[in-house]
Amino acid sequence: MSGTYLGMPAFPKAAQDAVRNETLRGNLRHATHTIRDKRAKAVAELADWDRLRTAGKDIKDRTLRHLDRYLLQLEEAVTAAGGTVHWAADAEEANRIVTYLVKAAGGSDSEQREVVKVKSMATQEIGLNVALEAEGIAAYETDLAELIVQLGEDRPSHILVPAIHRNRGEIRDIFEEKMGSWGRPAPAGLTDNPAELAEAARVHLREKFLRAKVGVSGANFMVAETGTLVVVESEGNGRMCLTLPETLISVVGIEKVVPTWQDLEVFLQTLPRSSTAERMNPYTSMWTGTTDGDGPQTFHLVLLDNGRTDTLADEVGRQALRCIRCSACLNVCPVYERAGGHAYGSVYPGPIGAILSPQLRGTGSEVDASLPYASSLCGACYDVCPVAIDIPEVLVHLRERVVEGGEVTRNGERVTIKPAKGHAVERAAMRAARWALDHPGALRAGQRLASRTRRIHPKRLPGPGRAWSDTRTLPEMPAESFRDWWQRTRGGAQ
Amino acid sequence: MSSSSGSKSSGSRERVLARVRRALADVPRDERPQDVRVERGYLRVHGDRTTEQTVELLAENLADYRALVHRVDAAGLPRLLKRLLAAHGSQSVLVPPGLPPRWLAAADPALVPDREADTAYELDTVDSVVTGCAVAIAETGTLVLDGGPDQGRRRITLVPDHHICVVRVPDQVVGSVPEALERLDPGRPQTWISGPSATSDIELNRVEGVHGPRMLEVILVDDRAEGQAPSMR
Repeated sequence: MSGTYLGMPAFPKAAQDAVRNETLRGNLRHATHTIRDKRAKAVAELADWDRLRTAGKDIKDRTLRHLDRYLLQLEEAVTAAGGTVHWAADAEEANRIVTYLVKAAGGSDSEQREVVKVKSMATQEIGLNVALEAEGIAAYETDLAELIVQLGEDRPSHILVPAIHRNRGEIRDIFEEKMGSWGRPAPAGLTDNPAELAEAARVHLREKFLRAKVGVSGANFMVAETGTLVVVESEGNGRMCLTLPETLISVVGIEKVVPTWQDLEVFLQTLPRSSTAERMNPYTSMWTGTTDGDGPQTFHLVLLDNGRTDTLADEVGRQALRCIRCSACLNVCPVYERAGGHAYGSVYPGPIGAILSPQLRGTGSEVDASLPYASSLCGACYDVCPVAIDIPEVLVHLRERVVEGGEVTRNGERVTIKPAKGHAVERAAMRAARWALDHPGALRAGQRLASRTRRIHPKRLPGPGRAWSDTRTLPEMPAESFRDWWQRTRGGAQ
Repeated sequence: MSSSSGSKSSGSRERVLARVRRALADVPRDERPQDVRVERGYLRVHGDRTTEQTVELLAENLADYRALVHRVDAAGLPRLLKRLLAAHGSQSVLVPPGLPPRWLAAADPALVPDREADTAYELDTVDSVVTGCAVAIAETGTLVLDGGPDQGRRRITLVPDHHICVVRVPDQVVGSVPEALERLDPGRPQTWISGPSATSDIELNRVEGVHGPRMLEVILVDDRAEGQAPSMR
């Protein structure tokens, strides 16, 4: 079930299975290419795109450098507008708070132990659905792609389109097979026409929206000065969950705050164009606390840390917290396109996931230690990022952390981590290289020896170097080193 | 001010704030937020347009996202609304409390007032809804509703399958997103609408009409004193 990522294999192993799956690769290639072309067009419409991008980066940096102040301002504004603010240091605490609030809202009526959910990365990250289920509360995902993932007992593989790995035929089969056990079954004779599939979802979910007492959401932005929350969506399921229930609970990462109402003018231009390649997404909801007679009369905001302050403590890595979850970096990434989202072992796949997951969760697990390597460092992700996160820079920084170990912040405490296993040979090789490059005489002697013995060099490295040469061709050794050739010929002049 | 209802640890507010402050140890103590420069070199509005061109762009962009756009002068509005509701086969239409009564004076469907006591189930039986709006954005083809008297509660423009939104041009039309935010009050609940509901979740094919109204009609009503009547589309 979604939300469980324990014991995930390292990226290369998980990716190996994915690249062998031709259906998956076809689905991904089709989807990522379609969206990246559309995005390029939507962005080209704005002559000031680069300036919007710079402003977005600046606003997020200002927020992050003074995050405590903005969080307090936000808390005050939300409270003044009739909301209640809760703070959760980790996933477990956030789940406990939400569970308590859902039970309190339902009173003694056990039939009300269900919630409708707006697609939210934060609640995916903390595994809220599983936690609620364990307490006898049914959580219904209402975004079409999330519904496909939930019914298929699958995991999301893309930030914007969590079911991007499924094609229409697969979706039809899931609907036909599973809708009945969750509520209203799929209509008889359902075809794989996308419009028909969307209609089936509309009918299936409508009864859930109409009777819902509690809605659970995330938020794309929270405005500190006004206490306004913003949810950007397309289908209207967000509006349903945000306006029909009596109680609304929003779980939002602390980095989602922006200082002012005016700041929205930047992100409401860059987010839709970067993510769905639209001038504007169909629906954006904004609410400030509660409004008498309109929408939920009880509003709870759960501010979530869960590794964000640990990420903030890293001066290079903290830029990952600028992310507005547009997913443009996934759509242009050659590694994501081939490996798919599941290989990243997290709700945050793709390039942004490769720098976010190892920071939010630490590099202790096999998959998290492997993620900084799930990239060719081509830099396409940085080019498209609407808040200019230098993903390659952070990847290299995290690789260093994995290999060298050192001081990091985990759960708010400074700790020293050991170098990850499996990098001892690499470290030894690098030490040897450093020594050789510092000693020209030794380097020359080594190069001459290598050239003379080149006919007897093996095609593969022996011993611990074998894994490296399994997937790489060793460079051909020239008969003469460049330095020797230069000394002999002066660059071919003689 | 804050609470941690029911959760065993009540210290998380201080804990999270302390972590944030420790994480920012590298930020100079005397640095103020305004010391972190925000370069706002972006444009207030994209392109130089006359009022008429801005309205034209709004119509174009609304239509591009599959809203049905109509243009009419103030005198013709009741007749047009009557015609559109009839064409949709509506038996009933939701009416926000402050909608000018004249607008629906000619309409045939039963008028259903927007009442707090109505359940979502009751709203689900109504065919159409007619509202005004707070502001419309030309560059993005967006209508903004802010719960004003002629717009009603957020849910009435959500549950019925057919929404007709009346925009007073040129007064309610702005060029860009920055211009729209300037006009809006963050204290009011807002719904920004750009075309009918849609999804791209199946192979990234855009399908119009999921949970919100599947049909969005926009009437650009010219309410200028001169009263020149643009052609109706």
